Formats: sequence, structure tokens, C-alpha cells
Amino acid sequence: MAVTGVIFVLFVLAHMYGNLKLLSGQLAFDEYAHHLRVFGEPMLPKMGLLWIMRIVLLVSVVIHAYAAFTLWGRANNARSTRYAVHKMAQASLSSRFMRWGGVTILLFVIFHLIHFTIVKPNINADYTQAQIDASPYIMATASFKIWWVVLIYVLAMIALGMHINHGLWSATQTLGWANSPSARATAKGIALIVAALTVVGFLIPPLAVAFGLIAK
Amino acid sequence: MTELIHGLYTEGEALVDPSAPTGPIETRWERTKDANRLVNPANRRKLSVIIVGTGLAGGAAGATLGEAGYQVKSFCYQDSPRRAHSIAAQGGINAAKNYKADGDSIHRLFYDTVKGGDYRSRESNVHRLAEESVNIIDQCVAQGVPFAREYGGLLDNRSFGGVQVSRTFYARGQTGQQLLIGAYQALERQIAAGTVEMFTRHEMLELVVVDGKARGIIVRDMVTGEIETHLADAVVLATGGYGNVFFLSTNAVGSNVTATWRAHRKGAYFGNPCYTQIHPTCIPQHGDKQSKLTLMSESLRNDGRIWVPKDAADCDKDPRTLPEEARDYYLERIYPSFGNLVPRDIASRQAKNMCDDGRGVGPSISEVGPDGVTRDVRRGVYLDFADAIKRLGRPAIEEKYGNLFDMYARITGENPYETPMRIYPAVHYTMGGLWVGYDLQSTIPGMFVAGEANFSDHGANRLGASALMQGLADGYFVLPNTIREYLADAPFEKISEDHPAVVEARTSVEERINYFLNSNGNRTVDSYHRELGSIMWEYCGMERTEEGLKLAIDKIRALRADFWTNVKVLGKNEELNQALERAGRVADFLELGELMCIDALHRRESCGGHFRAESQTEDGEALRHDDEFAYVGAWEFGGQPGPNGMGAPVLHKEDLVYEFIEMKQRSYK
Amino acid sequence: MRLTLKIWRQANASAKGSMHTYEIDGISPEESFLEMLDELNEQLTAKGEDPVAFDSDCREGICGMCGLMISGQAHGPEVTTTCQLHMRSFNDGDTITVEPWRADAFPVVKDLVVDRSAFDRIIQSGGFISANTGSAPEAHSTPVPKPKADRAFDAATCIGCGACVAACPNASGMLFMGAKITHLGELPQGQAERGSRVRAMVATHDGEGFGGCTNIGECAAACPKEIPLDVISQLNNDLRNSGKYLR
Repeated sequence: MAVTGVIFVLFVLAHMYGNLKLLSGQLAFDEYAHHLRVFGEPMLPKMGLLWIMRIVLLVSVVIHAYAAFTLWGRANNARSTRYAVHKMAQASLSSRFMRWGGVTILLFVIFHLIHFTIVKPNINADYTQAQIDASPYIMATASFKIWWVVLIYVLAMIALGMHINHGLWSATQTLGWANSPSARATAKGIALIVAALTVVGFLIPPLAVAFGLIAK
Repeated sequence: MTELIHGLYTEGEALVDPSAPTGPIETRWERTKDANRLVNPANRRKLSVIIVGTGLAGGAAGATLGEAGYQVKSFCYQDSPRRAHSIAAQGGINAAKNYKADGDSIHRLFYDTVKGGDYRSRESNVHRLAEESVNIIDQCVAQGVPFAREYGGLLDNRSFGGVQVSRTFYARGQTGQQLLIGAYQALERQIAAGTVEMFTRHEMLELVVVDGKARGIIVRDMVTGEIETHLADAVVLATGGYGNVFFLSTNAVGSNVTATWRAHRKGAYFGNPCYTQIHPTCIPQHGDKQSKLTLMSESLRNDGRIWVPKDAADCDKDPRTLPEEARDYYLERIYPSFGNLVPRDIASRQAKNMCDDGRGVGPSISEVGPDGVTRDVRRGVYLDFADAIKRLGRPAIEEKYGNLFDMYARITGENPYETPMRIYPAVHYTMGGLWVGYDLQSTIPGMFVAGEANFSDHGANRLGASALMQGLADGYFVLPNTIREYLADAPFEKISEDHPAVVEARTSVEERINYFLNSNGNRTVDSYHRELGSIMWEYCGMERTEEGLKLAIDKIRALRADFWTNVKVLGKNEELNQALERAGRVADFLELGELMCIDALHRRESCGGHFRAESQTEDGEALRHDDEFAYVGAWEFGGQPGPNGMGAPVLHKEDLVYEFIEMKQRSYK
Repeated sequence: MRLTLKIWRQANASAKGSMHTYEIDGISPEESFLEMLDELNEQLTAKGEDPVAFDSDCREGICGMCGLMISGQAHGPEVTTTCQLHMRSFNDGDTITVEPWRADAFPVVKDLVVDRSAFDRIIQSGGFISANTGSAPEAHSTPVPKPKADRAFDAATCIGCGACVAACPNASGMLFMGAKITHLGELPQGQAERGSRVRAMVATHDGEGFGGCTNIGECAAACPKEIPLDVISQLNNDLRNSGKYLR
């Protein structure tokens, strides 16, 4: 769970970096998207890197979800009679939202893949399907001009941030890297920073589009 | 048989320890071990040993005998062997390692322990204890006990309990816990290996004696109520002390005398039952609902100053407002050279004197005095750190005593950095216990007694940090080496569960349980226990008089008679029934209490923890009578004690001979 | 003080339990929580009602036998054991809910008493250093660096009360287990069995039906001995490196 989680975090950070290219304009962003597809040629076939990443991520999702549901099931079996009254002493909101938050993120990823990768539906009447298919930049900006799409992305990114906040620190525990109070504080700090960075980094492009800060 | 003395007991033949060694003291234990026969490893598997209790002595013995290959059955009343009350010992464990090169040696530890016991212990036993002390430290370190260490990585130790050398090894204030966890883990390892079978939540209610030999025990499964018979080739009792006869003590609430008392009733002599240690620095009672008392390490007396107001009228005032001249630092006044560091019994007794004088502090609690009149008394004296904090600074005091101050604050709700602590003595340890020979065997062949449950090594008073030493010495090193001499007689006659002696033991247990459940009385078990405790504390506590002890015996007899007609126990046997458990224990305490008073009455001298008002110097100090009382008082059960004096116990005296140490009267002025 | 107590009553392991409400008056704030329950039991006995069964022994916070879920918090509102909790931590008129530890690995025996023998079995599977009596080398032959000795001690203060399991939303026993792994693993004497110990203990823990750890941290917050969360990290570290220790 920790290892796959760390893979996701690395992917998410790279993904975020790419997204921020949106701010550099259509040319730069479309060039970036194209480059991803031809990365490593001729050593790799076209789309090679992308497929390697997709396979790694897909396997990771399966493992991560399997581990998560196993833990969930074990927890339910480990306390089949619940407390009449139970107060949490210090548990963070993030740690308490891991399971449903994880499910939320999974559903969002499915939506996100349909939205931008598999189907690419045109949901903004101001644009044509041909424009969207031709430019990833247009595809993104067209969507983020619609308020409910932005809202979905904002909520999903908050869920992702919380998931990373607890998940990344938890991964350091599981990997056995937080063996002292200071290491624990550092791990928690890094997790919080990465989580905040992710939320902010991912939300800059859609919000910039939504509020018209990006031309066109 | 002689005639009744004081109308209470008779005196029987002198008792001689058949296993006592002779010759040079330095080699007695070595020679005994060599002389004790061995048991072939193949035969050990066929021999079974029952061990009752899983504290330092019982846990260590169980692990060691299991490792040796015997079939061990281990019993405890708690839910896990790790709960035994050895866990609560704070201070440390003595060992003559001489790591500080301050002149310590086995001989010096031997000497200090004999002297500390006020010359009422056996030289041979104490010397063996001092010899084994060094092995205990090695063994515990190998098990992973995290003793305090110096920066160089070597073991640290400190001076404790007024001795002049530094020989006390410790693990912060939780030495007992760490040593017990070590023994517990060794025991669990043997349980996993299949050599020890563990029975938790099982309470021993009777000893099975067949043809004069201990052959098993009757226990109650405390969860199902089932009465089980367990038979074996030998039985070891390591069931701790009986301080809870006072109801309020520093013992665990479940600590009880039942196992040893039942064995006493079956023929095991009880040695020196009146020797109890009362610890001066406990947290005072808060009210009449109190269930137990908590000890704080007496190291507090190193820096705290003990006082009470000079004028009884000042006792309910804020102590910080009382000027110096209104305070009586009574220990410093009476004992100018030792001051607040006088031995435990003196510090305790003087605290009682101050409170009896009406100058105690803290909440006033109503109690019945020796004259039978109920009065309100404040039971507490101040232990003041204001001077020490001024002198050394608060950080230094926090560093030294922080955990104790926290404990005090948690229990009392007061901040000891701001207001003086209140302390009062409480029953802490019982030096008395079942009589055993040098081989730890009781007067019932095949029944061995280890740890606090036996009477052997501390004489009339135990030195600080010696209880852990004795428990582990008995469990790891002494018992495994002496029990083999008995087991070498194997094979023992096979006995079955329908042997008449087994059936009799079992039936008596069942009858007693049925009696309690059908008694339909109207008083709870706890109310009897509290009343017994207050009688014992008043008359058989820190200061004992002939008149008081006789009165106490009458009161205990009346209370016992009332208990057997009026006790109320609800529920049934076939369930977890905590009131039923306590009823059996209190019934035994009611018999033990009488024997303690008889023993205290017969010992008309003051020694160690036993202070008889009739035997004191002109200055009010304890006065021993070595010419008359240099013996162990071993009591034989005289049959069911009754109000008419029937079934009088029989006193057997085992003379204490001092060949290597000269007896001296102590002085702390 | 006057209090309303809602207490879980259950006749035995197989019986169905339920919450019962009791009123109690005249409680002194100086009493401990267990003394308050003692008093309730005296009153129930006088009325001919079955007293409430609960575990306790040393009543000075070290044996680990007591343990109650008090208004949703393991050992109640203070960081201490139930026996060291005093009534001054409550207010006159409070309603207090008292439940047993809830975990399928700790089945209820009666009322508030649970069976924690699973902890013993975890220790049996490897929570020890194999050192037969009499086989020990001289204590000073192996120095232990003070920081390691101190960390081992901090972990060794665990009293095995089970509050970590009770407080954990997953009913996991990782803090208990991590404390033992850290205690023994920090010491040179514990190295020989370091790899096998962690593997065996984790296998037993999982087999006993405890939940898995998701590092929420409720265990450490409930621990009366304040065992820190880093012992769980240490356990995971030892488990990850167990192959290395076994070589």
C-alpha cells in the first residue's frame, strides 16, 4: 500500500508539473502533450512511455485498492460490536477520511479518464469536437469554463490532498522511516507540504481558466 | 503439649530445619547444590510440578523448571501472568556486584541484610541470597531487562535505603515491572515450547495432601466456576504476601492469603506472621471509600522535610501560611543525626504518634480508637520540598522526583511543587509467611514456598530493594536447585482424582462455595474486610500492646462469627463472580488476622517492623530481647479457630544461631 | 457528586449484552473511578442486584489489568489508567457511559471484563530473548549505549492493558507489538532473534483477528504509558529488514 501510494504521489507531482504548462499557452501545452507521446523514440515505440506509465499505474491501483479493501474488511471483522459512544482523541480529518476519500478519488479518476483521455466528450457548446480533438489545450480550457466541472475538480483535489496528507506520512510509517519523534514530525511536515502543493498546483490551471486569467 | 498460654496457644516441640547446612558460610550453598541429587533429563519429562503465582518467584521458577524439562503447570488469578504484583515495585534490586568499587561484597550485602532484618533471619539463607544476587543481574540483562545505564553503556546503580554502598540496580521507578516482564517473557517462551501449561483466572482454593505429601491443588476456574483438580509430584506456592489483611495496603486489591492459608490449615507451619513492614511515604487515605494505598519511593525523604504544626489548631490551615516557628520538624528534632532519614519503622511510628497527638493534617476521617470510641482524626504529615526547591531549584527537583510528583498530583489533585505533600504510613510488605527450610520446603513434604510467600530471608524487617532480589533468587536459582533433591525420589506413587484425600479436598471447596452462595446474609464481603482491616491496623499495626492485641483477638473472633452467619454473596458459582472470590479470601484473612495477633502478643519484644509498646528504651526506641526471642515463631494450625479458644495454634520455635555476625542493638539518635 | 452511569451488562461470553442505567449519589471527587464502581457494587449488592464485574488489580497504574471505555475514551478523559482516573475529572450531574474494550480479539467475559490472552499469545510467539536460566554472561560484558537503553526502556514501559486496541478504529494491536519489538530490538541481546521475532509476532497478531494499522495514531493518544507511534514504524522497519536479520 505504501509503495503503490508513493508511486501515485510521484505520478501526481509529475502530472501537476505538466498541467502547469497550461499557463504557458496553447503552443507550449500542446507541444508538451505531444512530446509525452513520442518520448523516448526511437528506443521506445510511439506512446511507449505513456503505456509503461499506464500499466504501472493500473497495477498499482489494483494493488492499492485490494490492500485498502482488505484492511477495511479486517477492521470491520476486528470490531464487530461497535461502541455506543466513541470519541476520537486526536485523529486528523485526513486519517478518518482515507477510506471514503479513496473511493471518491477512484470515482474521480474514472470520470477524469473518460473526460480527458478515453471519450473526450465536448461539454462546452462554444467549441466543436474537432477543436477539442485537435488540441489538448483547448480540451482543457473548454471544460474549465463550465462551473460544475471546476467544482468537481476542486472537490476531487481537496479529497486528493487529504488522502496524500495522511497517506504519505502513513507510508513513511509503513516503510519504517519514522523511527523517532523528529523523523515523525518531518514525515508529517513533508506530507502536509506535498498535499498542499498538490492541491494548489492542480487547481491553479482550472481556476485560472474559470476566472478568465488565461487568454482565449 | 503444654497448657494454654494467654489462653490462646500452646507451645510444641522446638523446630529444627532438616536441610540446614553447616560449615563455612561462604561454601554452604555451593556444597548444598553439589550434594543435592540430579534428575536425569529423560526423567524430568515424567515429573510434574505445580506452581501457584506468577510473580518474580513463581514466574522465574516456572520458566526455569520448564527449561529444565519438567512438566510445569502454572496458575494465577489474574488474566495474565504479567499482572502479578511484583510489577509494582519501584525502587530497585540489590546485587553485590561492587561495580562502583566502593567496598561492596557478598559478605557486606549479607551483613547489611541480616542487620536490616534486626537479627531475626537465618545466616545461611541470607548469605545464599547475597551470593545469588550477582547472578540475577546477569540473568536479567541477558533477558533484555532495560536497567539504567551510564553514558559509557555500563550499568548504573545507586545507594538505597540508608546503606553506605551503591548496589541498587534500577530501571527508573519501574524496576519491578521490568524484572517481572523479563520473567513473564521467559515463562511465555516455555508456554510456547509446551513445557509450561498456563492457567490464568484460576484461583487455588485447597491443597491436596496424600500420605503426608503435597500432591496437588484444587482450583476454581474464575470464568466458568468449574472446580478443577490438578495433581502433580510437587507443589510450589509463590503467592506473595498477605498485607491485604489490613484491607488498605500497597498490595494489589486481589492479593490474598488463601493459597498459603489453605496450606497452613493442611499442616504447613506459618513463620513469624506478625512481621509486617509499614512504609512511611505513602499517599494518605482520602476518605472511607478508599480501596488501596499507593506508595511513593522513600527516596523522597532525601530532600523533603517532614513536619506537622506545633499547635493542633493550625492543622486545617494552609501550610504555606504557617511560619517556621509554628512548625514541628519532629524527626529532625527527635533524631538530630539521622533526621528525616531514620529507618522506615521509626519514621512510620513517629508519624502515627503525631497524628494520635491530634496534629495530623489533611482530611479528617472518622475511626474507632483503641478505647472503642469513634473520633475524627487527620491521618497525614507534611513532606515539604519548599526548602529543597529554594536550594536546588525546581528543575533539579523535577529531574530527581518528577515522576513521583506527577503520581502524587494525579492521585491527590494537589500540586506538590506549590503545596507540601501529605504522607502517611501504609502496610507494604509481610516478612512473615509459610515456614520453609533452607531448601524452601515447608513442613509438608513436596510443598515448596518461594518469594514473599515464605518467611525466610528478611527476618523482622526487609531492607529496601531486597524483595525483588529474594523473589528472583528463589525463583531462578534456589528453588530449581533444591526441588531436584526432592524430585530425585521419583517415581512417586500414582494417585487418581478419586483418591479419598483428593475427594475430601474437592468436597470441602465445593461446600464452602455453596455455603457462601446460600448464606442469605445482609452484609457485603467488603464491609467485613474493611472492618477487619481497621481492627488490624489499630491493634496490630505500627505499635502493638498486650491489651490491644487481646482486644483485637476478641473483636476478630466476633467479626468472624458474624461473617459466617451474615455474609451476603449474590449470583451463582458457574460464572465470573467477584464477590464469591472475595468471600473466600476474606474468610481466610479473618483466620490469619487472629494468628498474627497471637504471634504479635507472644513476641514481647520490639524487633524490626514489630514494635511492642511494652518493650522500648527510655527514649521510646525499639528494644529487642535476644535472650528470649532469638527464634523463628513457626505456628502449627490448631484446628478450626473458635471463639472459645478451641483449636489453639501450636508454637514451634526454631532457634536462630549467629555464628558469623554479632548481634547488636541498633541506634539512630 | 451525583452521576448517571450507563454500563454495559453482559452475563457471559455468549449472552447478548445491553446498556443499563444506574443513578449514584454522594460520590467524592477524591475517589478513583474504580472506587466509584466499588461503591455502586456495594449498593447493588445491598439491593440484591448482581454487581458489575470489572477487572483491576494493582490500582496504581502499572499492572495493566484495569481498562474501561469511559464515555468513548479508553481509560477515560485523562492520559492514565482507569484505576488512576479520579472523579474530580468529572462534573456533578454528568452522564458517564462505561463499556468494555471492544475488539473481536478481546471477547467479553462478563460485563466489563474482557479476555486479553491474545496479547499473551503474541508474546509467546516471539516476544522474548531466549536466555536460559544460568546461561547468562557477566552483565558488564555487553555495554549498551545509553540512548538505545533509554529507548528500549521507553518501549518496555508498556503495561499490556489493551487501550491501544480499544482506541484504534481498526482494533489493531500494532502499538503493543511495536513496543515489544522496539524494546528487544534496541538491545544487543535481542539481535539474534530480531528477524524471526518480528515475523512470528506479526503472523500471530494477524491470526488473532486484530485489525491492520492505518497509522491514525489513536493508540498512542490513548496509551497510559505514552508509548510513541514510532514503535510502529520500528516494527515495520524490522519487518522489512527481517530477511537481513535472519542472514
